[in-house]
Amino acid sequence: MEHIRLPKVENVRLIDKISSRRASVGTLYLTATHTIFVENETEIRTETWVLHSLVCSVEKQATTTTGSPLLVHCKNYQALRFIIPQERDCHDVHVSLLRLSRPERYEELYCFSFHSNSDKEVRGQAWDFLSLKDEYSRMGVPNHLWILSPVNRDYKVSDTYPAELYVPKSATHPVIVGSSKFRSRGRFPTLSYYCKENHAAICRSSQPLSGFSARCLEDEQMLEAIVRSNPRSDFMYVVDTRPKLNAIANRAAGKGYENEDNYSNIKFQFIGIENIHVMRNSLQKMLEVSEAWSPSMSEFLEGLESSGWLKHIKAVLDAGIFIAKAVAEDGVSVLVHCSDGWDRTAQVCSVASVLLDPYYRTLKGLMVLIERDWVSFGHKFSHRYNHLDGDPKEVSPVIDQFLECVWQLSEQFPCAFEYNERFLITIHNHIYSCQYGNFIGNNQKERTELRHQEKTHSLWTYLWENRTDHINPLYRPDHSQTQGVLRPVTAPYCFKFWRALYNRFDRGMHPRQSVIDYLMAIREETQQLEEQLVSHEEKIAMLEKEQGKSIQTKTNTLDRSHAVWASPPSESCLGLANTPGDYSGLGDFLSSSPCQQMGPESSLLILPRPGERRKPSDPDLSTNSDDQESGIADLSSPPSEDSAKDPDEAAYSAA
Amino acid sequence: MEFAELIKTPRVDGVVLRRPFLPTVEGTLCLTGHHLILSSRQDNTEELWLLHANIDAIEKRFVGSLGTIIVKCKDLRVIQLDIPGMEECLNIASSIEVLSTLDSVSLMYPLFYRPMFQVIEDGWKSFLPEDAFKDLESMTEEWRLSDVNKDYSVCSSYPPLVAVPKDVDDDTLRKAAAFRHGGRFPVLSYYHKKNGMVMMRSGQPLTGTNGRRCKEDEKLINATLRAGKRGYIIDTRTVSVAQQAKARGGGFESEANYPQWRRIHKAIERSSILQESLIKLVEACNDQSHSMDRWLSKLEASNWQTHVKEILTTACLAAQCIDREGASVLVHGTEGTDSTLQVTSLAQIILDPACRTIQGFQALVEREWLQAGHPFQQRCSQSAYSNSKPRCEAPVFLLFLDCVWQILRQFPCSFQFSQHFLVLLFEHTYASQFGTFMGNSASERSKLNLSQKTVSLWSWVNRPQEVERLSNPLYEANCLVIWPSVAPQSLLLWEGVFLRWKRSSRCLDEAYDEMVHIIQYNKELQNKVNNLRRQLAQLETEEPLLQTP
Repeated sequence: MEHIRLPKVENVRLIDKISSRRASVGTLYLTATHTIFVENETEIRTETWVLHSLVCSVEKQATTTTGSPLLVHCKNYQALRFIIPQERDCHDVHVSLLRLSRPERYEELYCFSFHSNSDKEVRGQAWDFLSLKDEYSRMGVPNHLWILSPVNRDYKVSDTYPAELYVPKSATHPVIVGSSKFRSRGRFPTLSYYCKENHAAICRSSQPLSGFSARCLEDEQMLEAIVRSNPRSDFMYVVDTRPKLNAIANRAAGKGYENEDNYSNIKFQFIGIENIHVMRNSLQKMLEVSEAWSPSMSEFLEGLESSGWLKHIKAVLDAGIFIAKAVAEDGVSVLVHCSDGWDRTAQVCSVASVLLDPYYRTLKGLMVLIERDWVSFGHKFSHRYNHLDGDPKEVSPVIDQFLECVWQLSEQFPCAFEYNERFLITIHNHIYSCQYGNFIGNNQKERTELRHQEKTHSLWTYLWENRTDHINPLYRPDHSQTQGVLRPVTAPYCFKFWRALYNRFDRGMHPRQSVIDYLMAIREETQQLEEQLVSHEEKIAMLEKEQGKSIQTKTNTLDRSHAVWASPPSESCLGLANTPGDYSGLGDFLSSSPCQQMGPESSLLILPRPGERRKPSDPDLSTNSDDQESGIADLSSPPSEDSAKDPDEAAYSAA
Repeated sequence: MEFAELIKTPRVDGVVLRRPFLPTVEGTLCLTGHHLILSSRQDNTEELWLLHANIDAIEKRFVGSLGTIIVKCKDLRVIQLDIPGMEECLNIASSIEVLSTLDSVSLMYPLFYRPMFQVIEDGWKSFLPEDAFKDLESMTEEWRLSDVNKDYSVCSSYPPLVAVPKDVDDDTLRKAAAFRHGGRFPVLSYYHKKNGMVMMRSGQPLTGTNGRRCKEDEKLINATLRAGKRGYIIDTRTVSVAQQAKARGGGFESEANYPQWRRIHKAIERSSILQESLIKLVEACNDQSHSMDRWLSKLEASNWQTHVKEILTTACLAAQCIDREGASVLVHGTEGTDSTLQVTSLAQIILDPACRTIQGFQALVEREWLQAGHPFQQRCSQSAYSNSKPRCEAPVFLLFLDCVWQILRQFPCSFQFSQHFLVLLFEHTYASQFGTFMGNSASERSKLNLSQKTVSLWSWVNRPQEVERLSNPLYEANCLVIWPSVAPQSLLLWEGVFLRWKRSSRCLDEAYDEMVHIIQYNKELQNKVNNLRRQLAQLETEEPLLQTP
């Protein structure tokens, strides 16, 4: 609290992004964890909550006659523009927010204060929800080819690797240790994904310290052991995900890539994915167009092109496809690395896993995958997502690109994923928010030292408890699209701009009716109908038994009364209370228009409050669930074929 | 002229057909007066029946004596025919070239087509102006139906009957017509029931460089304003384009002569530019380079999405003036037959829920495009592949359909039809067995006596099985005005048309089927539960009877 210079400012205006003349007046509060803006509307209390840890920049602009503008940009792409009447107040808020949004120590992160009073035991159990041991055993390891190695038990061999690692059975302790000494940060080749059908594996590591000519016998033996652990193949691919030029440049620093002459039975391949700095700049450029005020179509498309963002997404996906193809079609194992093996390597391994194994297209599967390839293997979450005030050059949207690849795939295969895009967006949000302890720190060792399992909550349990919000209604486990390996098309026109993420808070840009919401509401209604069907059947059976007479099914064939049930579930999810945008392009046009007033959609700026679950809109079921009168009116109608065919009733009447 | 004279080789055996997403077929190629047919002469194998009118361009290639003809269709499909024998191949190619570019209207397929289905309702009679006017009469008495154009003498591109303000007589209309491009004097396009405001459309006023004025024209449009109210004139051209039009006798309404109107200029491009845009877009979609930069830069350079955004924005503006400002609107560009109609028809989709139904959309196309004199035949005689120099071709209607698709994407539950209907209309405007889109105006269609000699597309569409196929399972009627977003992020490339033959839509189709399945299952359950509930109620009421013998 010592960082809050000014806890409350009144008469602050929050400017709407779409139309600068739309504004709401209210009070701005600074708390230890959130910035809260409360509108002075009398009817409904509208609140906008912004978590400090989600703030990525606070900018104070030149004071004008109307006040001092304060621009707040968030890591989840929310942008807020406040106008504070007094310059002095604006300064105080600015300084406070700068400090609050840049914690210096892990202990300051929100996850350590979020629901910290809840039952410790329950919280601890929640962390057991996902177990990587279970995941490896689901894949079929340990087995006669791969074993769990205790070599990194105390994080001695590699402090950025997890304690439990799977290695080829034939790789001895000295080979592993030797190999680790020949790899950046000791990140020796180890198992990421194992395909039990054909024994092909995806392994990962960091770059070898080969320089111009150095070699390491143990490292060569290590790779040989990987080749041997795939009995059906006599070679393996080594995929360096960097552009060749970057890899060559690394040789000068004593690092580099595998020389095919030194390693027996490898095929070496470069896949040019750019480094974190290029990706950071690319995202920055893309955000400039997506955040621009009313860009023309040409400006938008040119900006999208020059940002290179979709090109990079395509590169990551193409790399994943190369590996998935090697594993699934050729049955060949692959070793993937980049420089340190925690950014591009994580992207490519996890994309390949999603393509290969339907399990990772389920809710739990994606959680496990992120836990395995990202969290456990030491992806530097705190550095990449700027959790603490640190080096801005370490920041880069690496896992963002993985999540976007999954989204691009889900656009091509709408029935193949159990989760919907909201799931991906929620994960994205919490990777940055520090509300849950899953992503704090940069590796397992750090997290353990922070005792995150004791002190923080797990995002995965939260997501699992709220899974109904994240289900894709089109998913069916037995659908043909769900099965087997995904083979996406990667022609450039298959890649789309992910509006739902990058313009997440510009609700005016999104479809005003959501097919997903509509179908979810239908599914929920269907479920209730199924229950009613059973209960009605039971009641009927009971009544008939009581009445002791054989059944004459009396229902009507032409059921016109289903209008009773035709309560449109859409009504509540339509969000049709939309207002026109600015179509005139004329500043002074339509000044009297009602659209200048705050439309109901302005409330959409609101983030759900922490811990508060946003309920999906309920279809209006309550109004008709007890409506029996309409049924009575039609009793005289002849029996329907449907009920005559009903096996339960038929059995009953026979008895 | 006999078709036989044009067909040098009527059939060739051993022809191999290759086309997107379907297995290669070998069979016999036959040419008829109107079709290119490939038959494998085996059951269960798909055959190709391609209208010559659908062929936009062909290319020939030879490897030894094996000839290949690449057929590029107006619906953007590209198919390949491998024909053994150089002579046969050349003959086929030259015949296709001639048959696909016949100019004579009397040889067009709709005049030869006999329906294989029973016409339940004659589409030629489904949407008569008289009937539409009856609806209007029930809402307001301020308008009348004028037959001033009954012999098409006042305006050759208008229908015989048009709705005009009640207080304006036919003489005034004639004089106003002389002051408007193509005689297209302001007529009623849409009446907004909610507030009584109207949308009118016309050709540009012929002010010329000396600022000619016409009292009758002023009287005509002022008659649509309520006392003390101002209206908006939406000129679909930029100020500079409208200025330039003066030199050619055209122009725009000056503030001095139309003080009760406020003029707004927008920037919808003229047809020749739109055609070029379509050609570039299709070329971008066919680019084989697999480079993201190239794709995005070509997509941008085609300007197609820019046109979509501009048209949609202008339509939204017109709708906003009417619904939000409570003002009447007059829309025109130059001729009043292209961008004007894009704007007036889209504004109605935004404002009027009736236009979002299957029947209502047909009525809209009939009213705002066919009757309103959009020159379909001129605009749609070539598509994106044609090598000939474009004359009057332009994808004006396709852009309208694209804009409708954009709104449909944003309001997926508000339309009774799915995108299949839009794709179907796109196909039939370029090549069809039906007479609906033949000719360039009501007068031309009447001269050709198409309503007697051809079948209407609407007769086909309005059969129950077709209605079912074109229906949107998500539809829930809503009576609201729907305001689409025109942000670049919200406007997408219409895959259903432009990528249709580039990548398989199997997964998307499966998703669609799954959606239909979820909804149908729900409906079935509703019926079952209702039945059971009724049964239950009956049993419960019978119970006391049993207890009192």
